[in-house]
Amino acid sequence: MALLNKKKRPDPEIPGSSLADIAFLLLIFFLVTTTINVDTGIGLTLPPIPDENVEPPPIKERNLLNILVNAQGLVLLDETPSSITEVKQKVKDFITNCEPGNPCVENLSEDPTDAIISIKTDRQTPYNIYINMLDEVIGAYNELRDEKARALYGVPFSALEETSEQYQSIAKDVYPKKISIAEPDEGNS
Amino acid sequence: MAHFKKKSANTKQDVPTSAMPDVVFMLLIFFMVTTVLREVELKVQIDYTQAENIEKIEQKRLVSYIYIGPERLGPTEVGESKVQIDDAIVDDINAIRTIMYDKLMEQPRLIVSLRVDRDSDFGLITDVTQELRHAGTLRINYSTKREI
Repeated sequence: MALLNKKKRPDPEIPGSSLADIAFLLLIFFLVTTTINVDTGIGLTLPPIPDENVEPPPIKERNLLNILVNAQGLVLLDETPSSITEVKQKVKDFITNCEPGNPCVENLSEDPTDAIISIKTDRQTPYNIYINMLDEVIGAYNELRDEKARALYGVPFSALEETSEQYQSIAKDVYPKKISIAEPDEGNS
Repeated sequence: MAHFKKKSANTKQDVPTSAMPDVVFMLLIFFMVTTVLREVELKVQIDYTQAENIEKIEQKRLVSYIYIGPERLGPTEVGESKVQIDDAIVDDINAIRTIMYDKLMEQPRLIVSLRVDRDSDFGLITDVTQELRHAGTLRINYSTKREI
């Protein structure tokens, strides 16, 4: 008799059927609150504050491409007025000036590694015009690097790993990105 | 004999649901891990500018944001351009130096993402970047949307 009694007792179990519902509820909460937006933007490295006791290294005038942007968004490229759409081609011409295959033009850069792009704005220049400008300059560098990567390794520059030797050699030795952002004029123009 | 026995499989017709909680839990854990709950309450209005040659910031943990834009005063009206770091508006530009220096001490590989309204004057942004240079936070990123 004792054995029969034991068999009739129901199994002690935690009801698990609602577990899925609870998990679904939490899942939906996190699904709704999640924002999977990747931060995108133009990356730059600022120059450190110069030491007052150390003279800045001399830079030849011809290795410097001055881009001036005023408050109205008008662009002056080495003293010549031009439009924002022309900037990319002119920057590329400036950087690749003395490369093999290109004739050396006077007052453009001597070597891609020496070329420096200097961007100067007014205090009143709207931010989006400045960003467009920076975008064009970085675009010029990206196109040049891409051409080089295709010529040397047969792959686009974006396909190279950032830590790889090929990436470093193009980014550092062939076309180093030298962009200087000058302090703006107080000018009221 | 005209009686045919109907063929029927011996297996049950139900879809097995016993693994469902496990699947759901796995998804749940994925979303819990990827969710960033703490979003800063914006006190300035920001309309992002667009650019083509942009890069992604892969390591979100390194990023610290500075918001620059016209201050929100009411539902529709906006005021002067202000700088916001974390949850507060910074009125004294020179204070940015110490704030960012402290952040740099906590995270030596700090990336400062500048989220700037498209119509801000560049002068204010230069003041901020000068402060960043003094603080030693040299890696910056001008936040932009992809140009379509």
